[in-house]
Amino acid sequence: MSGAVAGVLQLGLLVAALAACYRPLGDYMARVFLSDRHWRVERAWYRLAGIDPGADQRWGSYARSMLAFSGVSVLFLYLLERVQNHLPYANGMAPVPSFLAWNTAASFVTNTNWQNYAGESTMGYTVQMAGLAVQNFVSAGVGIAVLIALVRGFMRNKTDRLGNFWVDITRAVVRLLLPLSVIGAVILMAAGVIDNFTPTHLIAAVTGGQQTMVGGPVASQEVIKELGNNGGGFFNANSAHPFENPSPFSNWFEIFLMLVIPFALPRTFGKMVGDNRQGYLLVAVMLGLWLTSVGLISLFEWQHAGTALQAAGGAMEGKEVRFGIPGSALFAGSTTATSTGAVNSFLDSFTTFGGMVALCNMMLGEVVPGGAGAGLYGLLMLAVLTVFIGGLMVGRTPEYLGKKIRPTEMKWAAAYILATPFCVLVGSALSLGLSVPQRSILNPGPHGLTEIVYAFTSMGNNNGSAFAGLATNTGWYNLAGGVVMLVARFAAMIFVLALGGSLARQQKVPESAGTLKTHGPLFAGLLVGVIVILVGLTYFPALALGPFAEGLR
Amino acid sequence: MDRLPSLLRQHIAALRLLLAFTVLCGLVYPVALWGVAQVAFKNQANGSLVSVNGKVVGSSLLCQEFVDARGNPLPQYFQPRPSNATSGAKTDYGCDAGYSGASNLGPDNSALLRTVKARQRQIAAFDHVPVAQIPPDAVTSSASGLDPDISPQNADIQVARVAAARHLPTATVRALVGKYTQGRSLGFLGEPRVDVVTLNIALDELPGQGK
Repeated sequence: MSGAVAGVLQLGLLVAALAACYRPLGDYMARVFLSDRHWRVERAWYRLAGIDPGADQRWGSYARSMLAFSGVSVLFLYLLERVQNHLPYANGMAPVPSFLAWNTAASFVTNTNWQNYAGESTMGYTVQMAGLAVQNFVSAGVGIAVLIALVRGFMRNKTDRLGNFWVDITRAVVRLLLPLSVIGAVILMAAGVIDNFTPTHLIAAVTGGQQTMVGGPVASQEVIKELGNNGGGFFNANSAHPFENPSPFSNWFEIFLMLVIPFALPRTFGKMVGDNRQGYLLVAVMLGLWLTSVGLISLFEWQHAGTALQAAGGAMEGKEVRFGIPGSALFAGSTTATSTGAVNSFLDSFTTFGGMVALCNMMLGEVVPGGAGAGLYGLLMLAVLTVFIGGLMVGRTPEYLGKKIRPTEMKWAAAYILATPFCVLVGSALSLGLSVPQRSILNPGPHGLTEIVYAFTSMGNNNGSAFAGLATNTGWYNLAGGVVMLVARFAAMIFVLALGGSLARQQKVPESAGTLKTHGPLFAGLLVGVIVILVGLTYFPALALGPFAEGLR
Repeated sequence: MDRLPSLLRQHIAALRLLLAFTVLCGLVYPVALWGVAQVAFKNQANGSLVSVNGKVVGSSLLCQEFVDARGNPLPQYFQPRPSNATSGAKTDYGCDAGYSGASNLGPDNSALLRTVKARQRQIAAFDHVPVAQIPPDAVTSSASGLDPDISPQNADIQVARVAAARHLPTATVRALVGKYTQGRSLGFLGEPRVDVVTLNIALDELPGQGK
């Protein structure tokens, strides 16, 4: 069988598996968040934490709880990293330096998992397990909670209440992420992912020398790294490391894990607002753009443009033999289209345009399908903008799912849409304008500019993948990167919750003959157009100076 | 509690909830799964180790360098892909699991172009094959620096050299490579590949080939 046919079959199996999960998982998630009943363990849990699960919060209060939880998380993770040498199973690691610890804490709490460190030489097992992996669960939970609060804004009428943050995050973790992780981890173990507490040690090698053997509780962390769209590798090589991703099957399964929740959430949305067709429309838009990006990356890698790759005869620099081009391109397209950011091949060495598609996936705002929760709320913000533009075209007050999109709603949506590009472009511009940050560039010419733009696009969109040639474990990138990740994540979330609050206060208006249908191909086309034009208008200058200048010589 | 300002109350609740999550997701969950791993998947969970005469000599998932004390490739062994996993020390020639990682050199980087060409010259001289026959994976460094596999074409160009160095018929070595070649999983997942460490161990275990 030819490589191309095998690649298509691999993609086909993935789409089939995602389609099979769409309804059951989407419906299950809707039930999780619609149910009034608390499990007995959850009630004990709320008592333990001193929380009233019956409280229904206003959007401001919901946001404050979310910020308090995230703020405490940053502090706790920072402290854990700083004292790791005193913790058990430190594996001989020294305390993480303060700037790096700050960056890493901000990175894992914001679900970015940008890594300025190499796991195997920086983080002890306790910090990995009780610090970083815990944030893998709860940061994904925060994303899902904020989405659900926004959806309640569409569901509810004439109320200022959006639900209870503590209940939402608890249910997201206890009823969804944890059970799925247990199943996924066992599958990964069977496929060969390691899970032990053996410290790093030397073994005798075949020819008589010595080989370093690394260990760690990897399988349990690997699964939530993909499922929660986190992406922070246990080891420096991330999902390219044979102990994290040992076989073609584990590779396929990890890609499946990162896509399954974001692709099922539109069903949850449709179910909660009482119109499954809305879910089908959103998932179709996600699927179309994700497939396009995967197809383009595969094509560009197959063609292996670039002097060094042409000389080698194929784009295998920074790729593993067991995955080949199809397994690497599919992973790269999926990890950047979701906000995962794990890598099984190194994007800095991808062809110019292959790497550019990965970059553009993030520039889309992480919405096709995006991260757990964050992807869908991002897409809903863009849908609001699309409805608004559609309303302007026909001269009617725009409505989305019976809620009027008035100036208040548009203000929050516009603020959301501007927040990320602002962080990305200001961060990139400062790094290019100042002299010290420039010295971190590895590859000369336009490719070096792309390295910096990629870094801030990744951090600003809470993705976490990298053009890893850029040496970012410096004061500037640690400090500025941490700020960018936190502002982009939480400013966006505040705007989302504010929009949810103002939608909830409205009384639904009945559909009329003049209402723009938001479940047909016309709206899908309009939405795709808005997404693509928005990216083009925002980022074209950066793309022109980077990838286009490099690739069109 | 009720008399505390609400902002402080929220932060205390947040801390308590975070600690509860830390115990559940950061201790109970990973330790329980570690238990499952050590009972049900002992071999995989500990790194898919391979032994010779009861002594661990490596992992079937991690490459090893087959070089002499000065870093020159040993002709009697199949050679893994170029690796960037090294501490940077002079005697660390790659495949060092303490330093996983890639070169990150761009597709048009002149340093990468020079390296690729140098590797092609070295392999052409070492294996007596024309440059056109050398597959891409032999002259490019892997993503992890620990790639245990080479492509079947990469193994194929090395067969004659290995057979000559071991005074074995080419057919014997080629048959062994065939035995250690894995196809695509389910016929379409991944790429065909040869695991270098287990193949080299099998070579050493052929009659009369002990070290």
